[in-house]
Amino acid sequence: MTTEHRLGQVANYVDERTGAAAWMKKNLQKVFPDHWSFLLGEVALYSFVILLLSGTYLTFWFDPSMKEVIYEGSYEPLEGVKMSAAYASALHISFEVRGGLLMRQIHHWAALIFMAAIVAHLMRVFFTGAFRKPREGNWIIGVGLLTLGIVEGFLGYSLPDDLLSGTGIRIAEAIIQAIPVVGSYLSYFAFGGAFPGEAFIPRIYTVHVLLLPGAFLALITVHLMMVWYQKHTQFPGPGRTEKNVVGYPLMPVYMAKAGGFFFIVFGVIAFISAVASINPIWLYGPYTPGQISAGSQPDWYMGWLDGLVRMSPPIETYFFGYTVSWNILIPGLIVPGILFTGMALYPFIESWITGDKREHHLLDRPRNAPNRTALGAMSITFMIVALINGGNDLIATHFDLSINQIMWGTRFGIFILPPIAFVVTKRLCLSLQRADRELVLHGRETGRLLRLPHGEFVEVHEPISPEKAYLLTSHEQAPALELPEVDGRGVKRAGAIRNKIRSRMSVAHSEAIPKVSADDLKEIESH
Amino acid sequence: MSNEIEAIKDPGLPAHVHRKADHDPVAAKRAERQVAILFGISSLGTLLLIASFFIPDDIFVFVPVMGNQNAHQLGLGLGMAISLFFIGMGAIHWAKTLMPDQEVIAHRHEFRSPDSDRKEFVDAVKDGAQASGLGRRSLIKRSLGAALGLSALSPVLLLRDLGPLPGNDQKETTWKAGTHLVTDPGNRRIKASDLEVGAVAQVLPEIEDPEHRHLSDIAKDALLLIRLRPEEFNLDAERLSWTHEGIIAFSKICSHMGCAVALYEQQTKHLLCPCHQSTFDVTRAAKVIFGPAARPLPQLNITVDEEGYLIARTPFTEPVGPSFWGRISS
Repeated sequence: MTTEHRLGQVANYVDERTGAAAWMKKNLQKVFPDHWSFLLGEVALYSFVILLLSGTYLTFWFDPSMKEVIYEGSYEPLEGVKMSAAYASALHISFEVRGGLLMRQIHHWAALIFMAAIVAHLMRVFFTGAFRKPREGNWIIGVGLLTLGIVEGFLGYSLPDDLLSGTGIRIAEAIIQAIPVVGSYLSYFAFGGAFPGEAFIPRIYTVHVLLLPGAFLALITVHLMMVWYQKHTQFPGPGRTEKNVVGYPLMPVYMAKAGGFFFIVFGVIAFISAVASINPIWLYGPYTPGQISAGSQPDWYMGWLDGLVRMSPPIETYFFGYTVSWNILIPGLIVPGILFTGMALYPFIESWITGDKREHHLLDRPRNAPNRTALGAMSITFMIVALINGGNDLIATHFDLSINQIMWGTRFGIFILPPIAFVVTKRLCLSLQRADRELVLHGRETGRLLRLPHGEFVEVHEPISPEKAYLLTSHEQAPALELPEVDGRGVKRAGAIRNKIRSRMSVAHSEAIPKVSADDLKEIESH
Repeated sequence: MSNEIEAIKDPGLPAHVHRKADHDPVAAKRAERQVAILFGISSLGTLLLIASFFIPDDIFVFVPVMGNQNAHQLGLGLGMAISLFFIGMGAIHWAKTLMPDQEVIAHRHEFRSPDSDRKEFVDAVKDGAQASGLGRRSLIKRSLGAALGLSALSPVLLLRDLGPLPGNDQKETTWKAGTHLVTDPGNRRIKASDLEVGAVAQVLPEIEDPEHRHLSDIAKDALLLIRLRPEEFNLDAERLSWTHEGIIAFSKICSHMGCAVALYEQQTKHLLCPCHQSTFDVTRAAKVIFGPAARPLPQLNITVDEEGYLIARTPFTEPVGPSFWGRISS
């Protein structure tokens, strides 16, 4: 009996009990377009699965308790030292459980890669305009997953209760405490009393291993079902339209490719974990509020936040005897709140600017949406400046610089560099559009020089293929919105200022180098 | 739709180019062998993992670039990496060389339903809303809203016992008038002569049971002692009187976010917090000279008892650690 025959029998068995044949047939042949950048989201998904697996393994030995114990394990430098049971059990996993250290490393590396993949996937979706109608909802879920990922990562970083993670909790506590009116209460409730108390780690453990993973599972399921139901976007090109999906079927090609890719991601993470030490908690020692290690650093996805806090000017105000710590609130809560809200709302903001309410399934090449691309570059620049300041102490020691100079540099840089990035990126995009136009009109430079009879040298240009010409001209160039300030009777419309802003932004958004039309090509051929 | 100018025509999907394995049985057989080899390497990786599991954990091997590595840990990791990675490589090689690579086209439909369906849908929603009378019966709407809002209070209330109310706890430390300063670690009383000029020490208040000091007490009590030459101070008369023979005491808990302010630069007499680089000038009562901290570190008024041991003359005159809403209110 062949394998095919046996699998056929399984399908038969399933259908006779569920009647799923029609649905399964359609979905097994579901078409997915192929592009390397579509793998970024997959990396995030697989890292999440790896996090669930390795995290479950760690829970078998980890003891989420802040009860004081005296270390009696095999790591001699800490022999007899007082520490929390959580830290002692993390040491036990590292030194006595065979494979435990590897699993801890895999868990931590997978978390870093999970966040990196989410951010890279988010950039892909942003720069190609994949968030446009009908995918705004999935974009918001994605922003939610990113936010949860930051929280979940921070909690995981806090659990081992080593000196570094305790310092992180201390800073989180200061942020909670800085919230006006209710801050002290929230802090005392969260910590079950004064910081650090004995309640915090058991509490965040429940959140870390149950509540947030549950939320992740639910949101990721919806995220994927939406991708499935709405069908994946595709890059423009010959034969690809808003009305079709060109790619490979799920069975067998994508099952093999995606399944194989899971193992590759797992294998790569295992390799990094085998050769690159991360978070060697035994070197830091147990947490005590009176000590600290120099060069204290959060994980990379928190670095920008730490950088913002570091660069904040020392402003604190007092009114009616109450203290408001702007030096904590602005960088710790207000700026991140604005950034993430703005990010979540961006699809709606863009569609308001363009007035475009149609469905989009073909992706934009980033250069063909200069304003959006420039905005993205501006945001990334902001984050990078903040991240650099988050590592200012390490940069200062590694490159022999003054920490004060780096701090002042980033304090100005955070205001100056993002707008510069915007302008430069926008100009670059327009230049690339110009280059595309040039390429379609005059063809590819071959590098072959030709000497004409009268001695002049010219370079031979070769026309590009019709496929390429189509790719470079298939995008849409919508004109700016026209929003008259006065209505037909010459009366000023309500919301004139809003309209003015909207049309200004629309003009900026629609700035483009005219793409080549068929007429242009005909004209050039007739020369 | 944006412009009436004629666009360049879509030439359609490029013709499919067949791979060698699609028509050459020899190439197909070779591809099959390659896939099998990749899966085979994966099995070897699993064997390495199994073998490494039983290597004692005190054997080290030299690996170029990485230096001496623990053979047990490295073997486990590499074995696992190889066993997983090559399953993936095999599967993808299989898909790329032997599975069909002809791109197929599926059709996409606009999500918007036909207008007739939409109208019926919208009407159904409207009818439902109409039938419930939600729009008309504002009394029901408002009382329902109020009830739902109020019911959300119960989980908030039920979470009340997560912790005690802060009360005055944030403003109080173990330091009282006459509390002895003791070394940390060691819990020994300190004389002024124990500290050389230029030296710095972490101290804690003396308590009855130093073996069971609470971390939440250390988080408020930790103190830094720094000894300068008295003429190096640049303090007002009151603060100068809080020092003893050039020894000045500050809370070690940063006034910004509560990290331990542990870096002391002897040359400049600056204290630096490693978390966010707030810098405090010891000679000017820990005035903030750089970074995000908005307040100096609280200074403790110290003196000596009749035997010459350092003690606190008074408790801290302000709350230590990061700011909070009611910090300076009574």
